Amino acid sequence: MAATAERALGKATSRSGEHLLGIAALVALGVSAVMSLVVAPPDAVQGEVQRIMYVHVPSAWLAYLCFFVVFIASIAYLKTKKTRWDRVAAASAEIGVLFTSLAIVLGMLWGKPVWGTWWTWDPRLTTTAVLLMIYVAYLAIRRITDNPSRRARWAAVIGIVGFIDVPIVHLSVVWWRSLHQGPTLFRLGPPEIEGTMLLALLLGVAAFTITYAYLMTLRLRVGRLEERAAREALSPLVGAER
Amino acid sequence: MTSARQATLIARKDLLIEVRGRHALGTLVPFAATVLVAFGFAFGPGREVLERVAPGLLWMAVLFSAVMASRRAYQTESEDGALEGLLLAPIDKAAVFLGKAVAVTVELLALVIVVLLLVMVLFDLSVADPFLVLAAFVLGAIGLAAVGSLFGVVAESSRTREAIFPMLVLPLVAPVLIAGVRATDLAAAGRSGEVWSWLGLLAAFDVVFLSVGVLVFGYLLED
Repeated sequence: MAATAERALGKATSRSGEHLLGIAALVALGVSAVMSLVVAPPDAVQGEVQRIMYVHVPSAWLAYLCFFVVFIASIAYLKTKKTRWDRVAAASAEIGVLFTSLAIVLGMLWGKPVWGTWWTWDPRLTTTAVLLMIYVAYLAIRRITDNPSRRARWAAVIGIVGFIDVPIVHLSVVWWRSLHQGPTLFRLGPPEIEGTMLLALLLGVAAFTITYAYLMTLRLRVGRLEERAAREALSPLVGAER
Repeated sequence: MTSARQATLIARKDLLIEVRGRHALGTLVPFAATVLVAFGFAFGPGREVLERVAPGLLWMAVLFSAVMASRRAYQTESEDGALEGLLLAPIDKAAVFLGKAVAVTVELLALVIVVLLLVMVLFDLSVADPFLVLAAFVLGAIGLAAVGSLFGVVAESSRTREAIFPMLVLPLVAPVLIAGVRATDLAAAGRSGEVWSWLGLLAAFDVVFLSVGVLVFGYLLED
């Protein structure tokens, strides 16, 4: 009995794939740091401070990627009712809140010297702030109920509704006002960015995405163990009742 | 019985409870009035500032009241196991959502009329185009009621942590607040031509949240 449990635990905590991902993330972040701090030239107008872009843009990208994953996993959970999807949504939301906060803080550090202010009510900033508030509420709701099935269903509904709300929020704040520098990469025609800078930026995005995958595997494993611990804490009681 | 008929019955039931219990009249109106007077202390007594911020204050008062009204809509259901009865009844879950949303919308509009008059008196707001202001409030109230009625169930089941419901609803309805305030501001100033795009945004918000609500509301109740 104990041996089976141990074997099962060993399987749940198997880490070889995780280690590989971790090493890949570390290497990618290292290369990206060298590219963005040493190889890429300083910006002609903004100087060295523009290098914040190499972490700010990847953080913002991850924020939206994470919440897109929450959206998809939430739909999958409501369709299939498999707890695996709920774990994916929860893990991705936590990482998303982390990187959204990071993107906002890095943006402020960049905005102070360049725009002369920590914060402006610019559309992309404001949308990201609203996004952060929605998913902080998402995480808060996950904590208020002890009933796992109810928690998963509530969270899934908020994960879907929250994501659908984002474009409407964005449109409303775009009409409201605008100051942010226009998108540099995603537009028609040649990008307005020098080759090495572009390479450093894309490397940053790739490195952050690998890091996201690594953090997801860690968080998913913790989620599985939490679930098992909850089940095992209950099983003696269930056994006694029989 | 069609879903529309079921929704009408639910809305009728909720409004009847309101009329007999006088919750909206007895609690929400004094609450909104108190909020407005507090805003007056915060931004007054200079007429110029008050006049400029009046549309925003008006919508803030409606927003807070919407949070309270949607919570109230499910509070009555939690008494005497009414919600269980509603869930066991052979009716569409989406009809429950739509019925609640209609009832909350009607309550909010009744409140808006009182609040609007108060703001016009207290903050000296003159409205050049009352029809458009009213249109903004009708569309805005539908949006607020849709979000509130969707998540009111969550609020009712998490009564021990009261801050969570507004924490969830306020960011979600950010577009309603922005569009509503801008539309009211422009309509009050007589710049009617610019109001229409904001009304369009409010209408789009209503359509999106009513349809999403119809699709997902059942999952919130499945116990």
